[in-house]
Amino acid sequence: MNWVIVLLLVSGSAWAGEARPMGDNPAIEARLKQLASELRCLVCQNQTLADSNAPQAEDLRREVREMIAQNMSDQEIIDFLVSRYGDFVLYRPPFKPTTVLLWAGPFVLMVGGGVALAVTLRRRQHMIREAMMTEDDRRRVEQLLSQRSKES
Amino acid sequence: MNRFLLPLTIFGIIVGFLAVGLTLNPREIPSPLIGKAAPAFSLPQLHDESKTFSLDETKGQVWLLNFWASWCSGCRTEHPVLMDLARSGEVPIYGMDYKDQRGDALAWLDRWGNPYQVVAVDASGRVGIDYGVYGVPETYVIDKQGVIRYKQIGPLDEETVAKKILPLVKELQAQ
Repeated sequence: MNWVIVLLLVSGSAWAGEARPMGDNPAIEARLKQLASELRCLVCQNQTLADSNAPQAEDLRREVREMIAQNMSDQEIIDFLVSRYGDFVLYRPPFKPTTVLLWAGPFVLMVGGGVALAVTLRRRQHMIREAMMTEDDRRRVEQLLSQRSKES
Repeated sequence: MNRFLLPLTIFGIIVGFLAVGLTLNPREIPSPLIGKAAPAFSLPQLHDESKTFSLDETKGQVWLLNFWASWCSGCRTEHPVLMDLARSGEVPIYGMDYKDQRGDALAWLDRWGNPYQVVAVDASGRVGIDYGVYGVPETYVIDKQGVIRYKQIGPLDEETVAKKILPLVKELQAQ
């Protein structure tokens, strides 16, 4: 029994003596995870940097981890990546002349759809009003109804 | 007739957008580095570990920087094109052995031929990140002042070399 305790103590101290890899620092890992979920893996384009197992994504995660360890702000890290890989690396592209359609497109479609809906509804209302009975119609209806009551 | 005109127009516009989208290559990401100074590096050489190769050594000439690796199949595809280009002597090609094993890389060059003036070793892929590389092969045209003028993502083929690379190189050499 004693030797087990000795072994545990020895292995414990051996472990404590080792330098902790940066991947073990929970604060860095948390920031990395949050940043990497905003960044695109360029090899597997529909995955985030956080999800991807591609070697290039691992390299980029290592790079980001080191920048976090150097106390760089999120914006500085993102600028670093954008200066190399372009806006494409961002899952949330910035609002620029080239991305106007991307950002404004859905709202333009929504407004367009709303206008089309309003126009259609108004036109339909107009059609219903037109279908209302005129005085002639009313007289004819009354005439027909009275005819029928006489017949019965 | 008029009733169908509007939906048909919208349909046509959507088809137009999708048709253009289909012909685009999603792997061709415009590099923000074009027109910017090539990132500096100083790396050990593949053929002689004790020597280094740095960006400064290429100043004053127009040159190609080709990221490749022995494990990359696209590099095998483009290799004959690079060999022809090297033989023509039009422009010096420098190699960057990207995330590779030294032994494998040397064997690869022995087997297929070496089109490079010098091959530098980027074992960790760090210089690759500086250059915005996300897959090999990638090739950069760099001018006399060390500014990146063109980036080819994926293998070079004869057509790209003849129509894009060589005219650009000649233009830059004349400057």
